Amino acid sequence: MKTGRTLLVALAVIVAGILLAKLRVNPYFYFAGYVILQYIVIATAWNILGGYAGYVNFGTPAFFAMGAYTAVFLIRSVHAPLPVLIVAGGLVAALLGLGIGYLTLRLRGTFFSIATLALAVVLQTAIINWEYVGGSRGLSVIRPSGPPFGNYVVFLFTVMGGLAVVSVLVARFIERSWIGRGLAALRDNEEAAECMGVPTLKLKLFATTVSGFFLGVAGAPFPYYVTFVEPNSAFALDYAVNALAMPMIGGTTSWVGPVIGAVLLGTASQLATVTISSEMNLFIVGVVLVAFVVLAPEGILGLVRKLRGR
Amino acid sequence: MAGPLLEVEGLVKRFGGFTALNRVSLSVKAGERFGLIGPNGSGKTTLINCVSGALPVDSGSIRFEGREITALPPHQRTRLGIVRSFQIPKPFTSMTVRENLGIPLEYAAAGRAGGEGSADADEILESIGLHAKAHLRPAGLTQIEMRKLELARAMAARPKLLISDEAMAGLSSTEVDDILAILFRLSTQGITIIMIEHIMRAVMRFSERIVVLDAGERIAEGTPDEVVRNPAVEKAYLGE
Repeated sequence: MKTGRTLLVALAVIVAGILLAKLRVNPYFYFAGYVILQYIVIATAWNILGGYAGYVNFGTPAFFAMGAYTAVFLIRSVHAPLPVLIVAGGLVAALLGLGIGYLTLRLRGTFFSIATLALAVVLQTAIINWEYVGGSRGLSVIRPSGPPFGNYVVFLFTVMGGLAVVSVLVARFIERSWIGRGLAALRDNEEAAECMGVPTLKLKLFATTVSGFFLGVAGAPFPYYVTFVEPNSAFALDYAVNALAMPMIGGTTSWVGPVIGAVLLGTASQLATVTISSEMNLFIVGVVLVAFVVLAPEGILGLVRKLRGR
Repeated sequence: MAGPLLEVEGLVKRFGGFTALNRVSLSVKAGERFGLIGPNGSGKTTLINCVSGALPVDSGSIRFEGREITALPPHQRTRLGIVRSFQIPKPFTSMTVRENLGIPLEYAAAGRAGGEGSADADEILESIGLHAKAHLRPAGLTQIEMRKLELARAMAARPKLLISDEAMAGLSSTEVDDILAILFRLSTQGITIIMIEHIMRAVMRFSERIVVLDAGERIAEGTPDEVVRNPAVEKAYLGE
């Protein structure tokens, strides 16, 4: 009954997205909307590992770029269609996620985070030296002709909307299942969780893999969105900062948190990019993040809960 | 069952050049109240960590109900029925007291004895006297309540063998009696209990049999009376 209602809401969101695409307002809105939707996917994916399991991943750009560069490779080699790019990009990033999952055997807390940061640097270096996908100079990608809705950005906007819905549904399902309860236990105390029968390694591998998958999925349509892919934009620091800031600001313990954070911060930084300057947007993210960490460590959800509690 | 419930044989554990456990053997019978004592640093907690699976052993074997478990990860040993409580309570801080019990009920006890569900959690909380605090987070508990939560959570895993690691350290004497009563009651329910404790009054009253460790070696075994009169034990605790 409840699941049915959720699916209905999800369906309504997708239909609304398609209607929005038919509406043909100023094309800029689709362009900006895509980025916000992309951040909903990224923040939600990051939160599966960072929020539910408590393993803070600084390597978001590595996973995002894995999705993007898998797409570049497949476009260049076999002209694969968009759905294939998305699934393949997700799978490659999921494999990378499984890899960092095994790191958690030895690395916890800050040390895990440092390792993920290093991972991003290593992968970026590898890509810079891989000429086939553009190396350091980058590569132009030509969009397929004749997209639905007549405009490729509008089409990508609806696709990303669908991906956002799927990732949020998956995160919500994980959160409310035995997996989510097990992850919460190991986040609180890994040793105690293991001693209470929780298969911590298996759950951590699950979380890193699923989180990696959706980060890759978010990156796969990127080449068609920007039409020119180069390492500095695919591995941008923005992804690492936003992926962490959005869930923290929204609240990490529930699937709603990253969505709230992504919509608020994503919109704010799009506005800042247009009205002030593109440098300002990361500055705003930084200031807001610091404010929240100090004043409301449990994010907006925590604030709401506190107010309701009184 | 004819054989012992837990059988530890020739256990060796080294940390670098330091031998924390040197060929330690012991066996615990089903239903027994077993005491494990020894001065600080004698290897009690290391032994428990090896039995529960938190630490890998260098050599030796551990059998539970006749089954070799030396290589099993901790969560699988818990599912078999070996459950430990921690010396320093390690509650799940983001969950309420009742939810804390939900984790072992769901992960360890389900599919074995008893079912799952909050009815079980409430029953355990009632029996241990934490019922009124079921909706609180662990941060709102007192020291003794924290210890009780630790025991309650262990009970929720439906143990066959409960290892209580210094559940009474730092408690007042009435609180010690409180915890002792709980452990006695668990024992009458058929749960085998290994008690590690520094509070001699408690171990001596509780245990049917005691093993004494000193510097990683087993130096004595017997009833509480025998152990107290053993000169080697006296030497280990007081020196010559």
